[in-house]
Amino acid sequence: MDSALAVDRLHFAFTVTFHYLFPQLTMGLALLIVILKTVALKTGNDRYNQAARFWVRIFAINFAIGVVTGIPMEFQFGTNWAHFSRSAGGVIGQTLAMEGVFSFFLESTFLGLFVFGEKRLSPMMHWFSAFLVFLGSWLSGFFIIATDAWMQHPVGYQLGSGDNILLQSFWGLILNPWTLWQYLHNMIAAVVTASFVMASIGAYYVLAGRFEEHGRIFVRTGVVAGTLATLAMLFPTGDGQGRMIAEHQPVTLAAMEGLFETESGAPIVLVGQPDTQRLQLDNPILVPRALSFLTYRRWEAVVQGLKDFPRDQWPDNIPLLYYSYHIMVGLGTFLILLMLLCAWWLWRGRLYGSKPLLWALMLALPFPYIATTAGWMTAELGRQPWLVYGLMRTADGASPRVSAANGLFTLIGFMGLYLVLGVLFLFLIHREVDHGPAVEIGGGAR
Amino acid sequence: MIATLWFCLIAIMIAGYVILDGFDLGAGMIHLFVTRNEEERQRVLRSIGPVWDGNEVWLLAAGGTLYFAFPALYAAAFSGFYLALMLVLWLLILRGVAIELRSHVESPLWRPFWDLVFGGASTLLALLFGVALGNVVRGVPLDSNGYFFIPLWTDLVPGSDAGIVDWYTLLIGLASLSALAVHGACWVAYKTSGDLQTRSRAFGAKIWWVVVLLTAVITFVSYQLQPNIAKEFSDRPWGVIFPVLALAGLLGMRIAGARGRDLGAFLCSSLYLTGMLTSVTFGVYPYVLPSNVGPATALTVTNAAAAEYGLWIGLWWWIPGMLLAGVYSFFVYRHFAGKVES
Repeated sequence: MDSALAVDRLHFAFTVTFHYLFPQLTMGLALLIVILKTVALKTGNDRYNQAARFWVRIFAINFAIGVVTGIPMEFQFGTNWAHFSRSAGGVIGQTLAMEGVFSFFLESTFLGLFVFGEKRLSPMMHWFSAFLVFLGSWLSGFFIIATDAWMQHPVGYQLGSGDNILLQSFWGLILNPWTLWQYLHNMIAAVVTASFVMASIGAYYVLAGRFEEHGRIFVRTGVVAGTLATLAMLFPTGDGQGRMIAEHQPVTLAAMEGLFETESGAPIVLVGQPDTQRLQLDNPILVPRALSFLTYRRWEAVVQGLKDFPRDQWPDNIPLLYYSYHIMVGLGTFLILLMLLCAWWLWRGRLYGSKPLLWALMLALPFPYIATTAGWMTAELGRQPWLVYGLMRTADGASPRVSAANGLFTLIGFMGLYLVLGVLFLFLIHREVDHGPAVEIGGGAR
Repeated sequence: MIATLWFCLIAIMIAGYVILDGFDLGAGMIHLFVTRNEEERQRVLRSIGPVWDGNEVWLLAAGGTLYFAFPALYAAAFSGFYLALMLVLWLLILRGVAIELRSHVESPLWRPFWDLVFGGASTLLALLFGVALGNVVRGVPLDSNGYFFIPLWTDLVPGSDAGIVDWYTLLIGLASLSALAVHGACWVAYKTSGDLQTRSRAFGAKIWWVVVLLTAVITFVSYQLQPNIAKEFSDRPWGVIFPVLALAGLLGMRIAGARGRDLGAFLCSSLYLTGMLTSVTFGVYPYVLPSNVGPATALTVTNAAAAEYGLWIGLWWWIPGMLLAGVYSFFVYRHFAGKVES
């Protein structure tokens, strides 16, 4: 930890990982709240309005923590990654500034109206402000993914004097093919998280015998949305994202899969430990030929192994990349199976009586968070050793004048502050869940 | 040309941030002094509750715009003022959390605690923003690669080895602190009634004298410290309009305040803040970050700007985007117009 580069990397990794625990819920929940408000508007069933109000309170706490931990992300590009910012700012500054101008104003304005304005707005206008909060948060996601996608797969640029990377085509940047799959995969992951959280708290209410009617609405909404979303995680979005990596970052694919040798009919590894010293996979449990088929749609297709690439192109932390990817896929598979089972029981009208399934739903709450975090670690570790793939190495992007000592000082500061935020968050969420869906209109004494 | 246009647009965004989030910060600073009970504190918080987050977005949007239009400035300033910026981030986090979380729990321990955090964080933020502005006027020791790093403080003298805080930047910080306190008092007076309104007016009227004094002092000192200011104002005499605006705002605040026209006083305070900021911007131009170790390494509108293509493209989304943002703001301020009921 005495190298400034290592500190800067950990600084960003820590703050972004903590930050993204909150937007992944709010982006998905924004959609589910719009759905609840729509059902309330169409059927006139006030239970759905009460359900929406409950989730808006959960949303507001998550949103507040998401906002305050989000500001450091934009600032850190300049503070800790100054050289990267100076070189690439003319390109990715576009998408980051557009996020501020197009989504933050929209989101913050209408969240204020949505949370404080239910008494004063007509039901239709209140629905509309919920919709605009949803739109703002999903736009925000788009601009951030477009930024990351450009770092994964730079397009629409030309090289200028010095290390400068200049924007050459605005639409090239916005319509980056990488953005499409990564955006869909990421946003649907947010819906998965929100669905599981909703179903989990609903299952808790049903099992505990409190607010049972609301609990059933939560379980039903969460399971229906969760089933569709978990399936869409796998296909087409996960598949599309995977084939993007195969096409543009083949060395990353090999590292994710723990594939050292180039093979025709390459297997998928279910379990195993990649030994990067002896260049082999220990204790493998394999599905033969599956990787070739999934990547190229042919059982005998050749997949390049790590040994085929020069060492200085390899991701610099292959074991962590490999485990992140396998945790994401493993948990993702479990989440799909659980949702399918619950959906089947729901369809047969037996889910609310099935204690084992309700317990499983309740306890599954952390898994989508872990899977999403592991997915992002796969994306970002997989991009290494590049900061901008093929153009700028991570080692060249950090701030030249910020010392390891100063970086470590603020990293420790963030760790302390975020620990406090995490404790406060859990305390407040516990209170809201304990208080349950209230009957009266929210807002009031704020 | 296009780079100068973006320089102006970013100055407008920063002025927008200072006017809008400025009254949130001001309300935070004064709320412990002008309120006497929980009900009054709630009213102060409700006067900013639905809008403070949107106001803070101006900072993010200005930061993003600065990033894309002047990447070299963004990189140099953010890494060079590293420690001060991290403090700003932590204070922004604490302030946001204090506003959002205080109402969740009714307890004689919880609420006063967050009120204190809200007040303290707002005060330090106003001070630090002023210090930052002072640094931009004084200049920083940029190296030949266009970077610098300065500690939080050294010997408190604004020479070439000055830290972020020296007596000059601290002076600007205090001016910012007092100006935003008055700004916040004008806002609270405008949004409330009864004793709370009376106390806010009286508080603002007292601090106003401090603002007058500090305005005179920092004008004089800045003129001495940054030779570019005198040069710019003599090269382009029309720029005198900016300090005149500030002066008009300063006097108007007093006159409107004395007549109990709270909205008028608030708008005059906004005019004062805009006038001061534009005066500084005008005085520093064409520098965006002057150097205090020789002008060769200074960052200017030209050498810090992004490539022309991107700057032209940016206008195509920035103009409609900010018009939309204006429409949202109008909508939300109209919706929550009028006094905060008790």
